[in-house]
Amino acid sequence: MISFRYARANDVADAVRQIAGDPDAKFVAGGTNLIDLMKMDVERPTKVIDITRLPLKQVENTPGGGLRIGALVRNSDLAYHPQVEARYPVLASAIMAGASQQLRNMASTGGDLLQRTRCCYFYDTATPCNKRERGSGCSAIAGQNRMHAILGASDACIATHPSDMCVALALLEAKVHVSSASGDRVIAFAEFHRLPGETPERDTNLDAGEIITAVELPPKGFATNYTYLKIRDRLSYAFALVSVAVGLELDGDTINDCRFALGGVAHKPWRDPRAEAALRGRRANAATFADAADVLLRDAKGYAHNTFKIDLARRCISRALMQAARGTPQSQSSKKIA
Amino acid sequence: MTEVENPGSGRDAEKLPRAVQTTVRERVGAQSPMTTPEAVSVRLTVNGTRHSLLLDPRTTLLDLLREHLDLTGTKKGCDQGQCGACTMLIDGRRVNSCLTFAVMYDGARITTIEGLAADGALHPLQQAFIDHDAFQCGYCTPGQICSAVGLIAERRATSADDIRELMSGNICRCGAYTNIVAAIQQVMGRS
Repeated sequence: MISFRYARANDVADAVRQIAGDPDAKFVAGGTNLIDLMKMDVERPTKVIDITRLPLKQVENTPGGGLRIGALVRNSDLAYHPQVEARYPVLASAIMAGASQQLRNMASTGGDLLQRTRCCYFYDTATPCNKRERGSGCSAIAGQNRMHAILGASDACIATHPSDMCVALALLEAKVHVSSASGDRVIAFAEFHRLPGETPERDTNLDAGEIITAVELPPKGFATNYTYLKIRDRLSYAFALVSVAVGLELDGDTINDCRFALGGVAHKPWRDPRAEAALRGRRANAATFADAADVLLRDAKGYAHNTFKIDLARRCISRALMQAARGTPQSQSSKKIA
Repeated sequence: MTEVENPGSGRDAEKLPRAVQTTVRERVGAQSPMTTPEAVSVRLTVNGTRHSLLLDPRTTLLDLLREHLDLTGTKKGCDQGQCGACTMLIDGRRVNSCLTFAVMYDGARITTIEGLAADGALHPLQQAFIDHDAFQCGYCTPGQICSAVGLIAERRATSADDIRELMSGNICRCGAYTNIVAAIQQVMGRS
């Protein structure tokens, strides 16, 4: 790890003032990803600004009936928050599906959105990686790509976004509140993360000098018919091969409203309006769910080691939609798949 | 704003406290560019003992305890948050100490495996691990026990499934998991 200057920020204004104009500075909150990447020399900030003292630790009701989550609320506190458990159980479930309790006790809400990919070539500074060093090439396309993307990838990068929490936030259509020295703005969750295209070094549309201050949840929480189903190489404490978050609104067995989002398959949490439209107004049954999966996966493309993920995703989508329709969400404890 | 100033001349390591000197020596010969760190002051209470330290900000809590405070009970396994061997409690919450900069925890209360026994009597979890033969080589055990202390304090686990899931951040390559769960259940049954 290279040497760096360490500074503490007292409030948001102080934090954005300290980072303004310094492209080699980084904020640190939970540290669970940044410190790991600094040890690997993937991240090399010359200045680290500690934002853990900022007053961004509250979970508050919004006037519009939603919930505003401060950027420093830790993953475990958020998953166990009574309002989240009761009104947004798909978010609580997704958080508990990720990492370990020690990491959830450290990781912040804002930092979870800014996690970097776990692509092994991104971590290995001895190999080319366009995300780490623009123009150097992608080692994964012709290399070990079992964990990699099947949707939305480019010739420059086939990395996936690793977060479980963000899959639920995509489903819930959260809004990301950010601040900088030049003011505040709100970014729709679907616009927050980017596809790799020709600029895989940019994971998000957060600009230099901006800080995430809060994540806001709209009122609709799909608390009755939901699930978060995560398939991975071991039963816990592993990144997703494929995960699916679902929220349904049913009238009898007719689907009135439907959203579903996938993790582990793309450079960002993956939603497809056409696939969701294929469900609305139809009967909630296996044939309907299989149709929706086919629509979502119509352009899926596998590489040497991850073609199995296309079929895995198809089955996960059908199973997760069935879990949500039956009101039997996936337990993150027993692991038995209903 | 609290920009931390370099308390020493920086060039003269002889004048720096022992903690900083140790870190400077460790870094010589590393691949990363070597520059003299700006030491940062931090106050910590470790197992009830207060410490005022000047540290290279790169120092993790894990390295601080093992290399500077001679508390080697906490183990370094993967050093990147994947194994749980370094688990300790910060203000009562279990964390991976390898993924912390110690300077971020100014004023915190740290509890390690060395701080669990009271007046010479083993912590109930330490005794339960012995009772259930919940280890073979023992390298992961301090992390397992600190993690289990945190687990019980969280009051979220009610079944063996819950224990297995909420202890999944602690890897045991000897495979003593069955007995670890039994040891934790023994203490949970009493608490």
